[in-house]
Amino acid sequence: MLANYLLSFLVWLPIVGGIGLLVIGDAGDAKSSQARLMRVAALTFTLITFLASVALYMGFDNAEPGMQFVERVLWVETFNVWYYLGVDGISAPLILLTTFITPLVVIAGWDSIKNRPAQYFAAFLILEGLMIGVFSALDGLLFYVFWEAMLIPMFLIIGVWGGERRVYATLKFFLYTFLGSVLMLVAFIYLYLQTGGFDLFGFMNVSLGMTAQQLIFLAFLLAFAVKVPMWPVHTWLPDAHVEAPTGGSVILAAIMLKMGGYGFVRLSLPIVPDGSEYFAGLMIALSLIAVVYIGFVALMQKDMKKLIAYSSIAHMGFVTLGMFLLWSIASDTGAGLGMTGAMVQMISHGLISGAMFLCVGVLYDRVHSREIADYGGVANTMPVFAAFMVLFAMANAGLPGTSGFVGEFMVIIASFKANFWYAFLAATTLVLGAAYTLWMIKRVVYGEVANDNVAALKDLNAREFIVLAVLAVSVLLVGLWPAPLVDMMNTTIEQLMQQVGQSKL
Amino acid sequence: MNWMDYIAAAPEMTLLGLICVVMIADLFIENENRIVTFWLSMLSLVVTAAVLWATAPDARTVVFYGAYVSDPLSQILKLGAVLFVGVSFLYARDYLRVNDLHKGEYYLLGLFGLLGMMIMMSANSLLTMYLGLEVLALSMYALVAIDRHNVTSAESAMKYFVLGAIASGALLYGISWVYGVTGTLQFHEIAAVLSADPGLNNLPLWFGLAFLIVGIAFKFGAVPFHMWLPDVYQGARTPVTVYLASAPKLAALALVFRILVDGLGGLHETWSTMIMFVAVLSILAGNFIAIAQTNIKRMLGYSTISHVGFILLAVYTGTEEGYASALFYTLTYVVAAAGAFGIVILLSRRGYEAELLSDFKGLNARSPWFALMMLFLMFSMAGVPPFVGFLSKLYVISAVLETAGGTWLAILMVLASVIGAYYYLRVIWYMYFEKAEDQAVLQAATDTRLVLTLNSLAVLALGIVPGWLLTLCIQVIG
Repeated sequence: MLANYLLSFLVWLPIVGGIGLLVIGDAGDAKSSQARLMRVAALTFTLITFLASVALYMGFDNAEPGMQFVERVLWVETFNVWYYLGVDGISAPLILLTTFITPLVVIAGWDSIKNRPAQYFAAFLILEGLMIGVFSALDGLLFYVFWEAMLIPMFLIIGVWGGERRVYATLKFFLYTFLGSVLMLVAFIYLYLQTGGFDLFGFMNVSLGMTAQQLIFLAFLLAFAVKVPMWPVHTWLPDAHVEAPTGGSVILAAIMLKMGGYGFVRLSLPIVPDGSEYFAGLMIALSLIAVVYIGFVALMQKDMKKLIAYSSIAHMGFVTLGMFLLWSIASDTGAGLGMTGAMVQMISHGLISGAMFLCVGVLYDRVHSREIADYGGVANTMPVFAAFMVLFAMANAGLPGTSGFVGEFMVIIASFKANFWYAFLAATTLVLGAAYTLWMIKRVVYGEVANDNVAALKDLNAREFIVLAVLAVSVLLVGLWPAPLVDMMNTTIEQLMQQVGQSKL
Repeated sequence: MNWMDYIAAAPEMTLLGLICVVMIADLFIENENRIVTFWLSMLSLVVTAAVLWATAPDARTVVFYGAYVSDPLSQILKLGAVLFVGVSFLYARDYLRVNDLHKGEYYLLGLFGLLGMMIMMSANSLLTMYLGLEVLALSMYALVAIDRHNVTSAESAMKYFVLGAIASGALLYGISWVYGVTGTLQFHEIAAVLSADPGLNNLPLWFGLAFLIVGIAFKFGAVPFHMWLPDVYQGARTPVTVYLASAPKLAALALVFRILVDGLGGLHETWSTMIMFVAVLSILAGNFIAIAQTNIKRMLGYSTISHVGFILLAVYTGTEEGYASALFYTLTYVVAAAGAFGIVILLSRRGYEAELLSDFKGLNARSPWFALMMLFLMFSMAGVPPFVGFLSKLYVISAVLETAGGTWLAILMVLASVIGAYYYLRVIWYMYFEKAEDQAVLQAATDTRLVLTLNSLAVLALGIVPGWLLTLCIQVIG
């Protein structure tokens, strides 16, 4: 019985909880017992959501290529819009990632948020529900509603609890992503007029001419490229990341960026396969530019959050590279490998980048600086923290045994099958990624104690330890034993490959 | 003519009778008991709404020798107008009281304006339309000037009156040309004459048509006849602005539907190009100029202009779907506009008009609840889901996309929405990201708070459960 509504439960429980927090409020005082109650309530809601997503994982059938846990109710008759939810091997892992990261974010913001904590946690809860909605919506308009509505809590999170230039950063974030998505809306309406509904499977089955496919692809591209973000529409990300509070940066990097990649897989590839094929070269070129050029940009950053933000762009370049390799590869297996690599990379990057931002957050809470130059020799005063940070840095650099290695390696193998030069450029990330991450680690963690601030640092408290430990375990788990994750995706990806292989002309 | 004719016009006659009662009663009410006038006016609205409900026609009924029509379209527009006039009265009450403006005239002029609107909505002849329009316009001129000691109010009333008179002149001139060509004033007869003799579709008629469109564009506040709108929105006292910004838009829509669709529907090819230019200019100018505003009433005025552009583009399509989307857009826009001006009123207090954008700074600290309500209204106007503003834009865009060459218009519309998003976001930025400069506690009666909350939540509720209103709009048009 509950299984029939499991997805709705996952979407609506956090939203309802968030509304509850908003209505009750914290009496404007972060230390009040009411504020404490709100924190506990927020954590409870996210944990229940996580448990429900575990139930989703247990009930998920790896052998089934189609949609599972489907719910379908007519929503707006006039436009033939359905409240249509379902998950497959592509969206289920992303939902798990979302429900896994959000409780960690709530714990991370436990005492560090002094200004209106109830609104802060409410924003994250509502955001969580909307993000799960994006990953489970199978109706174009429903997808769009979740996709856009998600901007509202994030806009407030950056704007209210962000750093000094938060207003600039959050307006840029909102307008950039809004501009990207409105053309997707036009594409959706065009498809609606062709098919008479917003059903994504209807979109996938309708035959479209080449020009239409190209235009739709470009409209989707703008929406998803801004979200991923791909070079050259990535400039909002470093600003947003730097100014966002730690929790906001974590959600942005770990989950919201994944929506761009998810959009390519869920919408662009199956709906406009020929358009995607036509532009695959462009996509590969943009991805490689992201990997190589943004890698160099990351090398030069003085601000830790900016560095991780640029490293995110470079890593997401791998995702888009893996997704658009399939037409360059003759054998079917290699194509699937690129796609699987891209998906694994999304999950892994979600864990690693989230962890990296949390590490920076730990430092920022103590010293109130993100500048690399303000640190040095942190390992002397915070040995436990240093161990975690080094582990995550290694994972970010793609060290075998961590999750960062699995996805990158798959994508590099797939690009070798496609073209030596693709692989050559993609593999530079192994050098560049190691260079910018480890250089930062060298300057921040190792060496002599740089100044009094660093000398006064206290090591992790229990709360921070739990968050980082949970992430460390999951990074190692995915790195050492990726099979459960890959098995979940395989059937769906095989089916996707077939679907993309068929021309719709 | 028989007694059935009077039933079709019963709501207007009831309203007129009640207005007379209120007017006379008001003479005997002392200043400190002026609240009685308010409740009497509200009662008149309730009775009018009840009569409207009771006399709802099953089908289109044309009465009074073809001068008057009662159909589902007029019903829904009138109910909307009555509702929003009532909402404006409620928002206005406390403001007028604390600012020593609590005179019976506000309510009486408001009710007379409503009468004019209802006549416009039921007009089946060009002259009835003109009469209704003038009743509405004269009430509005006087309303804008209600605070006669206030220089800005007086100036904007003067401006409104002079420009309004010119527009009425243009409309009347257009009417005379259309009458000259077709030999009739009634919309259905004009349509019949035009379809019987396609030769009439020629330069003299187009000349008249151009003047009609000037009149319509002026009343709606569309570019390039929009100059009065920001000045009047800003100059009028806020309770007057909330009145002007809500219900009269429904009457303006009736003006468009009756003249361009009922009467001159056969000339769609001719007028659609004119409407398209006016609409596109409104969307662009409204959105760009709104960015530069520091006064929220003026900013919302320019935002109205851009919304009018969307409504006119929906009319431009000339399809039933387009007309239904214009109706849906107008109804939902009026909900959001009433709410937004309601919150501006809420922030004002004795001797202090909270009309600058900076007055919204730190509202989240002063009143988290109403900051959230304003956030809903602003995101709805910006067209962000899940609020209803998104669906209404979606509906219009989908209607436009179906027309030939609609793709570029659709792209223009969505890009303009992105530009528009900026100034709505700025209100939210001030409310949430800035510190309050003004710590005064918001004062409002419980009923005002409740209605304001319901009004704001309506943009969310309609966004999530839009089905019934969409179906209603389609039925009314179809």
